[in-house]
Amino acid sequence: MNEDVAVKNKRLGRNLAIVAIAMFGFGYALVPLYDVLCEWKWIERDRPDAIKAIPETAYEIDKSREVNVEFMTTLNESTPMIFSAEMTQLKVHPGEYHTVNFYAENKTASPMVARAIPSFSPALTSTYFEKVECFCFSEQTFAPHEKKVMPMRFVLNPALPHEYKTITLSYTFFDNTQTAIKK
Amino acid sequence: MSAVTAEHDHDDHHHDDHAHGPEKGWLRWVVTTNHKDIGTLYLVFALAMFFVGGTMAMIIRAELFEPGMQFVDPQFFNSMTTMHALVMVFGAVMPAFVGLANWMVPMMIGAPDMALPRMNNMSFWLLVAGILLLASTLFMEGGAPAGGWTLYPPLVLQTGKALPFAIFSVHLLGISSIMGAINIVATILNMRAPAMSLMKMPMFVWTWLITGFLLIAIMPVFAGAVTMLLTDKFFHTSFFDAAGGGDPVLYQHIFWFFGHPEVYVMILPTFGVASTIIPVFARKPLFGYSSMVYATAAIAFLAFIVWAHHMFTVGMPISGELYFMYATMLIAIPTGVKVFNWTATMWKGAMTFETPMLFSISFVVLFTLGGFTGLMMSIAPADFQYHDSYFIVAHFHYTLVPASIFMIMAAGYYWMPKWTGHMYNEKIGQLHFWLSAISVNILFFPQHFLGLAGMPRRIPDYAIQFSDWNMISSIGGFIFGASQLLFLYIVVDTIKGGTGEKVTDEVWEDAHKHGLEWTLPSPVPYHTFSTPPTVIPCDHD
Repeated sequence: MNEDVAVKNKRLGRNLAIVAIAMFGFGYALVPLYDVLCEWKWIERDRPDAIKAIPETAYEIDKSREVNVEFMTTLNESTPMIFSAEMTQLKVHPGEYHTVNFYAENKTASPMVARAIPSFSPALTSTYFEKVECFCFSEQTFAPHEKKVMPMRFVLNPALPHEYKTITLSYTFFDNTQTAIKK
Repeated sequence: MSAVTAEHDHDDHHHDDHAHGPEKGWLRWVVTTNHKDIGTLYLVFALAMFFVGGTMAMIIRAELFEPGMQFVDPQFFNSMTTMHALVMVFGAVMPAFVGLANWMVPMMIGAPDMALPRMNNMSFWLLVAGILLLASTLFMEGGAPAGGWTLYPPLVLQTGKALPFAIFSVHLLGISSIMGAINIVATILNMRAPAMSLMKMPMFVWTWLITGFLLIAIMPVFAGAVTMLLTDKFFHTSFFDAAGGGDPVLYQHIFWFFGHPEVYVMILPTFGVASTIIPVFARKPLFGYSSMVYATAAIAFLAFIVWAHHMFTVGMPISGELYFMYATMLIAIPTGVKVFNWTATMWKGAMTFETPMLFSISFVVLFTLGGFTGLMMSIAPADFQYHDSYFIVAHFHYTLVPASIFMIMAAGYYWMPKWTGHMYNEKIGQLHFWLSAISVNILFFPQHFLGLAGMPRRIPDYAIQFSDWNMISSIGGFIFGASQLLFLYIVVDTIKGGTGEKVTDEVWEDAHKHGLEWTLPSPVPYHTFSTPPTVIPCDHD
């Protein structure tokens, strides 16, 4: 192999290595890019960071139909808690306000920080499920063995499309105590 | 087609600017920078890993032979499915193609060696280190990774002590294949004989050039994704942790941005081998060479924009489902071009059916079948039924076993006489082919039925209505596994002398019209094309 080719090979090898390193960065760039794309208006999905309170507005109650709202409670991995809802399902008219109580208990003898993350099925109904008050808006702090009653007040926006007859709302509690200590 | 002047190596022995032969002793294999030695190392390693991964598959099929738990506990079963996939993808199929590229690319383009020979050596030994690290997780507390080869969080974060080792092993394997890819791309772009223009390159070289670019683009993204897993687990970041504002679905997007092109990394060189072998045994030039090149490039481009078809059921917006559905269906067009071109190459050809050709023909048929089931799953609403069922298992095994694996073996049969100077035993070769081709269908075809009936993948036990097809599938699996020992026998036998028949330089009738490698002596000398060949055989217009 002559000298020229050896130099060309080294240069091309180096340039391709730079491309590889840039692609490593691109992998990380996908993280913010994903958030940006998910906020585009035409991409609708429920996102944990879109959990926020909506001010109570008076809607006209749509008595003509009933939607079955189901509640599920889950604990992530081995989160040492007891977590349940006062009812497993509730029939509601769109536009009508309801409050549902959730119960949580810290099973450990030490303080605990936990966060409940909601998830909707069908996912597209999340936009019409308006919460005025929810324990999922912020992290919850529990004293040792503390029991809590946590209300969730919501309304279904009457603009909810008619094909949705059942909405499942699932909450998962994540134990964030370790992360909270680090902070 | 042009006439050929063979640039035999005996002219080159007068040069004194390079070593004359291989080093003596075993150290040769450790320090070698010769592309043929490194090609051999890669191929031998890939063959060994094929049997390791195959043993894991045998454990899986033994457990699934009957409903209920028989031999292994569920955790170990899931480790087996995960490790089988990782070993086969990163230890067997990819290294086998890198080995073939090492051996054949310089000989096909008239180059004396690879562009960066020292890096070539390093990328092989990093591969060995990566696979050993991966294998070591089998013996760790908590067992080897068992969350599937896709390493989805949050499940994979529950892996025991093995998690950081598995992640570092992925890093090593990634660095190894990036270095291999850089080397191959640099060789193809810089080292071609002056008369070898891009559009005269053999299809195998073309497919590897494009595969090389794919690898350089995607392996770092995968490395990034697993690094995020690592920091999520040990450094309290929240890329994928919902409790900290992250999103596990993000991992799936990043993974499949790597994962979809990755499956083309395993299939494009397969296409290249098929496009090399079929013309020789059909005794015709390859039909539609330039359309083959453009189809390969089109498939590589589409690979980057279809990833989310692996996650239709994740809860994507309807606009996303529709986009990924139609984009995925587009892939059928360039792939169809290829299948029709291979068929047209055989059309009215004076075909003979030696082992490499038998494997190639069965590849065209069975790969098309695997492609069609892929098309079925691209239909987003239908995919909800197929997702994570045995249907997808059947689909990707049809595109990997009777396609990638068969063509790697076909390449072995096709080039082994050139490498060793010995003819393999054609009778045993054909026996190996027929046993493999029949048993692979007994093994994987029933899995379509199981999947459509609702049997989930990655589960060690199943409902009794799935018993019959599972038993048939397992029997096929055992026959297939045992048949591969014939291949091992043939490889060893051929290296030791084979049939004893003296092979000619062109080995296959008129092969010198199809590729530069057949103008070299058999067995091929340690150094070739120290001076570039001046006349290039060209089996297309």
